[in-house]
Amino acid sequence: MCTYETETVDIEGAGKGAAGWFDVTRAAVYVDHPQHAQFGHTVNIDFANPAQGPSARVAVELTEEAALALVAAIQRALSNAPAGLASANAPV
Amino acid sequence: MSDAIRAETVFIGEEKIEAYQARPLDPGPFPGVVVIHHLPGYDAATKEMVRKFAANGFSAICPNLFWREAPNASPDDASAFVRGQGGIPDEQIIRDVATAAAALRALDNANGKVGVIGHCSGGRQSLLVSTAVDLDAAVDCYGAFALEPPPTGSGLNAVPIKDRLPDVRCPVLGLFGDDDKYPGPEEVARLASLMAEHGKSFEHHSYEGAGHGFFAVDRPSYRPQSAVDGWQRVFAFFGKHLGA
Repeated sequence: MCTYETETVDIEGAGKGAAGWFDVTRAAVYVDHPQHAQFGHTVNIDFANPAQGPSARVAVELTEEAALALVAAIQRALSNAPAGLASANAPV
Repeated sequence: MSDAIRAETVFIGEEKIEAYQARPLDPGPFPGVVVIHHLPGYDAATKEMVRKFAANGFSAICPNLFWREAPNASPDDASAFVRGQGGIPDEQIIRDVATAAAALRALDNANGKVGVIGHCSGGRQSLLVSTAVDLDAAVDCYGAFALEPPPTGSGLNAVPIKDRLPDVRCPVLGLFGDDDKYPGPEEVARLASLMAEHGKSFEHHSYEGAGHGFFAVDRPSYRPQSAVDGWQRVFAFFGKHLGA
């Protein structure tokens, strides 16, 4: 089935797409049919910069288990680092 | 009689939107089919369907519905971009399908009859355009949200088209899977009931053991038995109504 449920969030950072690195400004997360992964449904995440056009996108299609493991890994990595180290407001 | 076909990218209408066309090269005359691509975009699997129609004696064309928003982008990038915008407005789809139908009727070996087929979001759009474009037959393959809007928070702007059903201008064939939830069997039954109420011709079949996307040969949802039977029904339906 197509769930069409899409969560979007404004983000700051950079991603490497087909044409090289670019600033990412928005992430879309949705559970739907994948383009490439051979599963019926996957958690699809697009890191994008709509202002730079459709090709400014880094896409991943993950199983539910993989997506949850990724969330946990992100949280562990952040908790292992000093709080605020990767904040947008951290001094460089 | 030759079985040669020609398949290529063309640019149609005043706006010169991109489209993929495949056509038999014999003098014909041949009917036409507009193929509406699914939400994942103007992709290789959809283009393969266009060629399949040509190999079976139909001139077929698939307009790139995402061309204006994402010209020259890869199909998956275009799809993600359009998804981020909430989809394509219905009126734009109606215009693009009308342009594609006119391009088919203008071919030198056209018989003047044109049908439309769409899968997934394209199934709903096939039904939609049958209410607004001069077409001779329409096939809706598991189109969702014809009667009810998408779930809250989907970000998609698909509008129910049940109020337009009295305007359906041609016979419609609907092919669905029993295991699909969008549209589920109950929604299909309601659609059939509404079409009957409005006096519209609506032939429909739902396949046991099949869910959404059972025609998609490049996805795990593919169900060969349902798809093979479905294709036979599509060709029989278009053969009957388009004079193939």
